[in-house]
Amino acid sequence: MKTSNQTGLTAGNKALRRVFILAMALTAFTGFGQMPIFKRYYISDIPGMAWSADFYATHFLHYLGASVLLGLFAYFILDYILAGRKQFQLTPSAWFRIILMAGIVGTGILRVFKNMPDVLFSPAFTVFIDISHLGFAMAYLFTALVLAVMKRGWLRKVSYAV
Amino acid sequence: MDGKISRRSFLKGGLAAAGAAVASSLPMPEAVKASSVEELATLIDVRKCIGCEACVEACKEVNEPKFPEPKKPFPKMYPNRVKVSDWSDKRDVMDRLTPYNWLYIQEASVKVNGKEETLTIPRRCMHCQNPPCADLCPWGAAYKLKNGITRINSDYCLGGSKCKTVCPWHIPQRQTGVGLYLDLLPAFAGNGVMYKCDRCYNRIAEGKLPACIDVCPEDVQKIGPRDEILKEAHAIQKEIGGYIYGEKENGGTNTIYVSPVPFEDLNKAIETGSGQPDLEPVKDSMAQADNLAKAMVIAPIAGLAAAAAKFFVGARKSMGSEE
Repeated sequence: MKTSNQTGLTAGNKALRRVFILAMALTAFTGFGQMPIFKRYYISDIPGMAWSADFYATHFLHYLGASVLLGLFAYFILDYILAGRKQFQLTPSAWFRIILMAGIVGTGILRVFKNMPDVLFSPAFTVFIDISHLGFAMAYLFTALVLAVMKRGWLRKVSYAV
Repeated sequence: MDGKISRRSFLKGGLAAAGAAVASSLPMPEAVKASSVEELATLIDVRKCIGCEACVEACKEVNEPKFPEPKKPFPKMYPNRVKVSDWSDKRDVMDRLTPYNWLYIQEASVKVNGKEETLTIPRRCMHCQNPPCADLCPWGAAYKLKNGITRINSDYCLGGSKCKTVCPWHIPQRQTGVGLYLDLLPAFAGNGVMYKCDRCYNRIAEGKLPACIDVCPEDVQKIGPRDEILKEAHAIQKEIGGYIYGEKENGGTNTIYVSPVPFEDLNKAIETGSGQPDLEPVKDSMAQADNLAKAMVIAPIAGLAAAAAKFFVGARKSMGSEE
């Protein structure tokens, strides 16, 4: 089932759409930057990109992007519950994305919590949340790419039988 | 605190740590496990150290089974800027930190009470209270135990050296040709395993002292609950008009140095460089991220408020148009 661009997650709100895409791009880029690969693979050698090899900078920006996304997700969820669901329905592909995103958010919150002073997780649990956070993120990005090519949206208009 | 009390309180902490070690094998947050393990810190009284290196030798001997045995030749790594770090043929190096030398002695010729003296300072991982190496390790290979030890698990570490980069003292040292990366993409990701002092976590779990403390003929080091160690450090500081390092550095560490001369002077007198950490003042590396993490709670509340506001404004508008 194809859905139009008007039924995207930020349907009808261009500014929100831009903020969402920017925050997703920032968290994805700085998330990969948590691995020591940007210096190895010359990304930080690109003029203007030296900051990408600074782990404290990428970590801070990752938190910043995650904060924006948490705010947006809270907005989207409540907006859908209060008003959106009267007009729109979530598509099956939207549910799939939501499950993956919930995995990213859940493991991300645990990771932020773990980084606080005086909060300790067992070594095995720490490895589990680190690997699963990366796994969910990779799965989400791949899925989003495939669904974008297939032009599958998040929402479809509710149709009432006459 | 005399030596006897220190040892007793240490053993108490050690037994609790052993219990925690068993419990920590389960994949669940330690925060939810019932445990009364105290954070243990070490006190290093710089006045007492004679630089005999007995601690360095004991560290090497006791931790020898943990040392890397790399496979050679090393796999070719790409791109060319990725350098091999091989200490396997230089295992006897003792004047700096290496994957085979987790503790060494720094020397500083300084004036103590107007008299020129050479002070010797044992240097190793500081075991930070909120260690950036553990917080920022992307794989969870570095982690902190409840008893204040920060460890690097050589089974998971890929040797990316991020822990060394983010450590204010650049303590962990890399050995190429060993570890998990060999089974993944050795040419394109990883570069070995990082090694550093694990404060003899296994000996502590057995209720023993770390080797460096156990063999020291001058009782330079003590280990015990952090608050007791700090109390003793401050008592010595007051008694000798001395100085403390490690209490507040990087937000607080579990290695507390006491010296009769300012650490600023010691820092100028010691040789620093790769594998030779300085004694500079260090701000809390994780403070900025910790503050942002606390502020993160506001984001979803703001999102909910915005959606609610949009709904009620819309509802009022539609009610107005109906009227």
